[in-house]
Amino acid sequence: MREITFAQAAMEALVEEMERDPKIFHMSTDAPDALVEKFGESRVRATPIAESALTGMAIGAASSGFRPIVDWRQVTFAFVAMDQIVNQAAKIHYMFGGQAQFPILYRASVGGGGRSAAQHSQSPYSMFMNMAGLKITLASTPYDVKGLLKSAIRDNNPVIAFESNRLAGLKGDVPQEDYTVPIGKAEVKREGTDITVVALAWQVQEALAAAETLAAEGVSVEVVDPRTLIPMDSETIRASVRKTGRLIVADEAGPTAGASAEIATLVTEDPDTFSCLKAPPKRICALQVPIPYSPVLEDHVFPDRTKIVAGVREVLGIG
Amino acid sequence: MPYPTPETQREMLRTMQTIRRFEERASDDYHAGDIYGVVHCYIGEEAVATGICAALNDDDQIISTHRGHGHCIAKGANLDRMMAELYGREDGYCKGKGGSMHIADFDIGMLGANGIVAGGISIVTGAGLAAQLEGSDRVAVSFFGDGASNAGPFHESLNIAAKWKLPMLYVCENNLHSAQTPASRTLAHEDVAARAAGYGIPGVIVDGNDVFAVYEAASNAVARARAGEGPTLIECKTYRWRKHTERPNQPDQRTQEEIDIWMKRDPIARLVDHLKSQQGQFSDEEWDAMDAAVLKSIEASVVYAKASPFPAPEAALDDLYAD
Repeated sequence: MREITFAQAAMEALVEEMERDPKIFHMSTDAPDALVEKFGESRVRATPIAESALTGMAIGAASSGFRPIVDWRQVTFAFVAMDQIVNQAAKIHYMFGGQAQFPILYRASVGGGGRSAAQHSQSPYSMFMNMAGLKITLASTPYDVKGLLKSAIRDNNPVIAFESNRLAGLKGDVPQEDYTVPIGKAEVKREGTDITVVALAWQVQEALAAAETLAAEGVSVEVVDPRTLIPMDSETIRASVRKTGRLIVADEAGPTAGASAEIATLVTEDPDTFSCLKAPPKRICALQVPIPYSPVLEDHVFPDRTKIVAGVREVLGIG
Repeated sequence: MPYPTPETQREMLRTMQTIRRFEERASDDYHAGDIYGVVHCYIGEEAVATGICAALNDDDQIISTHRGHGHCIAKGANLDRMMAELYGREDGYCKGKGGSMHIADFDIGMLGANGIVAGGISIVTGAGLAAQLEGSDRVAVSFFGDGASNAGPFHESLNIAAKWKLPMLYVCENNLHSAQTPASRTLAHEDVAARAAGYGIPGVIVDGNDVFAVYEAASNAVARARAGEGPTLIECKTYRWRKHTERPNQPDQRTQEEIDIWMKRDPIARLVDHLKSQQGQFSDEEWDAMDAAVLKSIEASVVYAKASPFPAPEAALDDLYAD
């Protein structure tokens, strides 16, 4: 199988879906050349820097039979569109009694590590998870991002695809032929028996590296990737914890009211899973501060493979 | 522009009177406790929705505001299902999930009343973009108030619609008050239409209590939009007779003198006078009969609403996602 990058895989998803369905069009403040060349400026619109309007226009176009894609580029720029996301996109199908469908893909990059400081290094997906009515994906591999984006485009609801900027250059196997990754289905990325690490996006890669290190010490780590945050595949996560009896959640976002809190609760509030726990769940997240600029500061704030290794040892009471 | 045909004029009158009678009843039933939450009445502004929608085709699309009953009725919404929605019943337009502020009927191109000031402007602009992408001759209409014209989505949407020549009508219902605050205290320029110049599109001011003036402005704007020449901003100077909401404790800073002046400009009385004088074919009896028929249709809608069951509590979990 050929290897391509995460960013290439994502773009392939858009190209293939736009070839398949003429009702798909794309709006962003910076139209991707790869799409413009193939589909022209009418279907691939370079827009004013007006994310609120783009977000709302996608809703109106969707209700008229189109399947818009809006790329906010960085999640940072989605905040000016919060009224349209929270008050409109998330609620409009429900509020009007399910009269119309709103198939929309909103894309946004998340994550830090680029020395871009507080306003351009954010992972606020839990803010969006809190809004009933949206679906949310968060891929960790080139294969998954392509398959999840295809599912998101074909879904008849507003879907937000968060994509970690740290993964953009990550290479991985991606088949040539058409496939999708279902929304709402987690995947065990590495099987293990001693501890479950539920990791999100870039942290999946860090957790896999940590698992490799720990394997050399005789510790067997299972790495679970939820892949979609809403709906969350609680059963796969719980089944893993029932097997290992221990849970770490690794997330590049801060812990407070985060996806990590949701995952920990899904595990502990389930009596069958709770009764299997041999140790308290642990979260390895970013420190709860805006992301600082200086490399020394930024690296201190984020979780990584070293912190995951240390966390596993702590939960297991070793080393 | 010549007057619309006598039959169209009667239809306009019937629509305006239906809006008024519907809201009088909605207000009564709200105060009686049969309608919940909050109700915003459009009474006094009926000529705007009626004049604009009279210039539209069935497949043209509109979006409305928190003060949305008039737009629904003018676009042809079903009174029974509207009233049932206000009553929170299963047969309401939104199965009881929306209420007064969120009535939609996508089948008639009514993309929803919207409880967020300026919240609908970009959504309906997307409907205009859809019409353009399809190559259809549909137009889309955004109704909003003077307050919304101060908000970002108004400016973002007008800029895009003008630049892309979208088939849009932006209809500002300037009722001189943004909720409790006089528009004179919040608008940098007293004419919202003047803002059109910033986007290089026509900005038209009309007497919003003159249904023919509204209809003429709408017809011109619709022709321009269908011809691919882009959007028009129409500012309808009008007035709501009632407070911002029907809430018993609703504050209201307006003077009785101001309210009286505007009530003398009643858009319905003006149309009745016109029909009687200009046409010479509209009698008191005919008007009484029309009003009686309207009242009967409103009463029927209440009967329908009351006969409709409340939704099952667990229906709260339905329709979160489309299949």
